[in-house]
Amino acid sequence: MTEIGFHSLCKKFKKTSVIDDLNLTIENREFFTFVGPSGCGKSTILNMVAGLESITSGMITFDGHSIDGLPPGERDIAMVFQSYALYPHMTVRENLAFPLSVRKVPSADRQREVEKIAALLALTPFLSRLPRELSGGQRQRVALGRALIRKPKVFLMDEPLSNLDAKLRIEMRTELKRLHREFPVTTIYVTHDQEEAMALSDRIALLHEGALRQCGPPQEVYAAPANLFSAGFIGSPPMNFIEGTLLLDLPFLASRLAEYRNQPFIAGIRPTDLRITGEKRENTLSGRVLFLETTGETTWIDLEWRGNRIRGKTGPVRRTARDETAYFTIPPEKLHLFDKSSGERLW
Amino acid sequence: MTHRKGKEGAFLFLAPALLILAGITLYPLLHVFRLSLHRRLLIFDISRFVGPENYLYLLGDTRFRNALGNTIYFTVLSVLLELLFGLAIALLLNRHFRGKGLMRTIILIPWAIPTVVSARMWEWLYNPDFGLLNHLLGFRINWLGSPFLALNAAVAMDVWKTTPFVALLLTAGLQTIPRDLYGAARIDGAGPWTLFRKITLPLLMPVILVVLLFRTLDAFRVFDAVYVLTGGGPANSTETLSIYAYKILFQTLQFGYGSAISVMVFLCVGLFTLLFIPLLRRRKV
Repeated sequence: MTEIGFHSLCKKFKKTSVIDDLNLTIENREFFTFVGPSGCGKSTILNMVAGLESITSGMITFDGHSIDGLPPGERDIAMVFQSYALYPHMTVRENLAFPLSVRKVPSADRQREVEKIAALLALTPFLSRLPRELSGGQRQRVALGRALIRKPKVFLMDEPLSNLDAKLRIEMRTELKRLHREFPVTTIYVTHDQEEAMALSDRIALLHEGALRQCGPPQEVYAAPANLFSAGFIGSPPMNFIEGTLLLDLPFLASRLAEYRNQPFIAGIRPTDLRITGEKRENTLSGRVLFLETTGETTWIDLEWRGNRIRGKTGPVRRTARDETAYFTIPPEKLHLFDKSSGERLW
Repeated sequence: MTHRKGKEGAFLFLAPALLILAGITLYPLLHVFRLSLHRRLLIFDISRFVGPENYLYLLGDTRFRNALGNTIYFTVLSVLLELLFGLAIALLLNRHFRGKGLMRTIILIPWAIPTVVSARMWEWLYNPDFGLLNHLLGFRINWLGSPFLALNAAVAMDVWKTTPFVALLLTAGLQTIPRDLYGAARIDGAGPWTLFRKITLPLLMPVILVVLLFRTLDAFRVFDAVYVLTGGGPANSTETLSIYAYKILFQTLQFGYGSAISVMVFLCVGLFTLLFIPLLRRRKV
């Protein structure tokens, strides 16, 4: 039951600014994700919410009350670390019970809660094992259990899935969604994996060099990236960018772009929106095939077109080969246009 | 066949080290044991086999019992204090502050000074007439002259000298504890004392045991520090087993009886080691 507010939050390490003037509200019960490349400051934000890192200026609030100065243990939060941070000398049972025993919860209640959480996370058979005797996925579940057991106001998760293999990661994603449905607690999640962010979150915030680049529901960010960074970061494979000058007025763009006539700009088109065919049709452009990559369902093709390398999509059957000519269409309504100097979205 | 060959190969690789160890450790050990079963007095040119006579004499030797008591007192007190101070210093050095690197270097200085030099230094500090200690206290205490004070003065010197070594090992141990564990425990609600008791201490325990083993063995065999400081006096009140053995062996040249004392030191040290090994094994996380 907590709404988290960031008010002009800044963080500096010595003279380097890590977070620069962050303003944001995370709604009660929301699954909110900070996503960005490494070094963008996302983990620092999490550590500041946790109280493990001091704030240089600005304020973080829980339900309107500043939490500045509260030690981590009094913020009623729980955190899952990338390293899991399980206590190596304690059994699974002791790890799960630790937050309760520190808070002097009576032994009988503690026992009951541990049993309950262990059952929920399928950890019951492993209660007397030490962390090092568990697999990566099991350790991950113990870390989640230790965070869940106290029923905190806020969940913080710092790249919790990045140490798991690809298959387990997808499984745990589903698990996290299920847990969030069962315990609808305000959750701040941090990841560098845009796909993970998209799959899990109610809203995502894109961070780059300590600044918020875009914030919104995943679909919105995907459909209308606010700037070049956002366009390049969200979506896999990443968006194609083609530099050019605006010469022709497309009928549906005319009103918005009139002032950009004869100006340089950058056009973006997602590889999924760029259809490649083997034969020439009306309105197709042609390029030389540089590279093919099959994923089973689709084949990604890299083409060289007027000095640009652009990636497009074709069906599972290959109709073309390296160095051949292939044809493609760019549906105008799927085009994203950005100002070349500011990187901001034009359309 | 290949397996056998592999084993023989391994033995060949180990053989040089084993030979050297046998030459410099096992042979002297066995020789000392053989000597201890003899009555050998160099001055009178006596050398004959007497069996366990030397050991039987040990049982009734009050000077031996006094030396054993001194050694145990010295070992227990100095190791305990070194561990406490060493842990405190290691915890301080593990925090972030300006000049941490310099501090680490300064802390090590007492350990870097040769034992004999620091013993001489402390002898002057303790000097009743010109010593810095009395000068600062404004009393005139004969630190090395009273039986009770002298042994404790020797303990103080050893603590001063060896605490840096303990602090160094414990600092290394502290650095292997992941920082995330402290973050997790703080979020779980642990205060400084709980952090120390539930995280730091159990995770540092393997290193603490190694330190205890090293220090106990070293302290039990203490010789140079005390010998230079007090020579075993006054009235044998600071005479440790090693000093007693040295005096019997090399000052009175009673090789047989001196060897018997040395064998006793070896047996005590061996016993400690045997007690420690299962603890170390169990703690291997």
